[in-house]
Amino acid sequence: MADSRQSLPIGSSGGLTRREILVGATGAVSTIATTPVSGQQALETTRRPGRGPNELGQRSQFVRPRRDPSTTSSRTPLQDLRGTLTPADLHFERHHGGVPAIDPDRYELLIHGMVERATIFTLADIKRFPATSRICFLECSGNLRRGTPETLPQMVCGLTSQTEWTGVRLSTVMEEVGASSDAKWFLAEGQDAAVMTRSIPMSKAFDDAMIVYAQNGDALMPGNGFPARLLLPGWEGNASVKWLRRIEVADQPFMTREETSKYTDPLGDGRTVRQFSFVMDARSIITDPAYPRIIEPGWHEIRGLAWSGRGRITRVEVSTDGGANWQIAELQPPVLEKAHVRFRAPWNWTGTPTEILSRATDETGYTQPTWEVLRAARGPRTRYHQNPITSWTIGETGQVLFGADRLRS
Amino acid sequence: MTVIWRRLVVLQIPILGFSLVIGFLQSNLESAEQNFVQPPDRFGFGRPATTTDIEKLDIDVTPAGTGLPPGNGTAQTGTATWNRVCGSCHGPNGEGGTAAPVVGLEPQTGPPTVGNFWPYATTLYDYINRAMPRNAPGSLTADEVYGLVAWILAKNEIIEDNAVMDARTLPQVTMPSSNRFVPDDRTGGPEIR
Repeated sequence: MADSRQSLPIGSSGGLTRREILVGATGAVSTIATTPVSGQQALETTRRPGRGPNELGQRSQFVRPRRDPSTTSSRTPLQDLRGTLTPADLHFERHHGGVPAIDPDRYELLIHGMVERATIFTLADIKRFPATSRICFLECSGNLRRGTPETLPQMVCGLTSQTEWTGVRLSTVMEEVGASSDAKWFLAEGQDAAVMTRSIPMSKAFDDAMIVYAQNGDALMPGNGFPARLLLPGWEGNASVKWLRRIEVADQPFMTREETSKYTDPLGDGRTVRQFSFVMDARSIITDPAYPRIIEPGWHEIRGLAWSGRGRITRVEVSTDGGANWQIAELQPPVLEKAHVRFRAPWNWTGTPTEILSRATDETGYTQPTWEVLRAARGPRTRYHQNPITSWTIGETGQVLFGADRLRS
Repeated sequence: MTVIWRRLVVLQIPILGFSLVIGFLQSNLESAEQNFVQPPDRFGFGRPATTTDIEKLDIDVTPAGTGLPPGNGTAQTGTATWNRVCGSCHGPNGEGGTAAPVVGLEPQTGPPTVGNFWPYATTLYDYINRAMPRNAPGSLTADEVYGLVAWILAKNEIIEDNAVMDARTLPQVTMPSSNRFVPDDRTGGPEIR
């Protein structure tokens, strides 16, 4: 038997294969795994039966995408995903008092205030209403980390995810309770330990707001609001209150902590603070190639995500020379309103160090700004709604690093 | 069955089948037009919420003071509660610690605080009552919350140390930042705001 102290056989390291260990750091399958003997594996797996059917699917043992959790949020591994729908178990989380464990059979939603009929709905009641489904992104308005060159796409802006949500239009429920035509706002309140509250304009209720109970066709994940949450397409995630327990219809905003002390934007004059800044502006990020990849000279495809809370993305431009020239990237249909869209652009890297960037334009004509333009418009103290153009630098060795220098103050 | 009959049946079945299909399609189209069900104005789902149901959950406090309960407190009565419940995270004098500072008057240099940023004093009652302390939210009495609100406002030099905070006085407190907040003026389009 070989000396295991020197040459540990693959698959014998305490349940983790060597490949899994290599994969662990980024969640992506590393290209520096064992040197394959051509054709050998293709024969090996045919010579003994594989596992049988099981109750719950699991990812391949060789694939290990992971959210990156902090004490208050966990971030979607954008660099590991190829489509636009975020697997529910990788959807980002942001909560202010932890994730409550809510028994759906005892769940109730109270709607009261300026309504003809104050009503309590069970989850079964909510599911009986006409259902509708919608694909849209959900993004935290605090979704930017400027970081160091060793920053993954996940850490730059992993607080955005996309889902096919299913539920009832809020307008249907508002009509059911007879919301007053004089009502201008409603309070949405969660059932978590933060008892999260936000004031939402009634116009959103009658536009495209929903109460949703399904995420990619399945029940909501606990961290995303199980069993039911508000969904405000295109608006900052915090306002789509999770674990929704109460809606109070009113003629004034309630001025809760999360719409005064938090989620407001101090502007450049040093005095004015922008409030109720709900809409998420257009944005994009290249998710590949990105840190920590090391690339070779030759053809690559620049791939990424673009989205806007104001409607459809109409154009994504990519630069491969540090922003001097821009080319139009291909958008992967369908290009939906208020939704992540995939963009792709071919690129032949010559081996000369450079910087690659992307910028998105939406149907209102808004184009994602540079950090300098954004800072000039907002001043140095805004904390939310930061959507600057971001970049990746490629060094002589092909090492891809986050363009952190572009986001210096 | 005679040969003639057999021939007739063989010939007739496709013709009969064709006319059945046409007839089926026609009747379906007609019934789709006639029988499309309009949703009602109301479905009659849910049960009426009683006053008791609503009172159990309706904890919000508005800038006008709606929702403020009976009870009262001053900075003096709040000191003991602050030291027992809040100071370990927010700092003995509210200067911040593992949790954000709540005291601080300088808007240009310091972090956002109650003194330099919060536009409504009533929000303090609402938030402390619903979400604080982090490890035991909802555990404070109305008098304790009023005392903490008074303590924080006094530390920020917004009210006097002996000012009594209750359902009548709290909505009358004018905050230093009460006029700073403006509606969102971003509208999309080419201009970056």
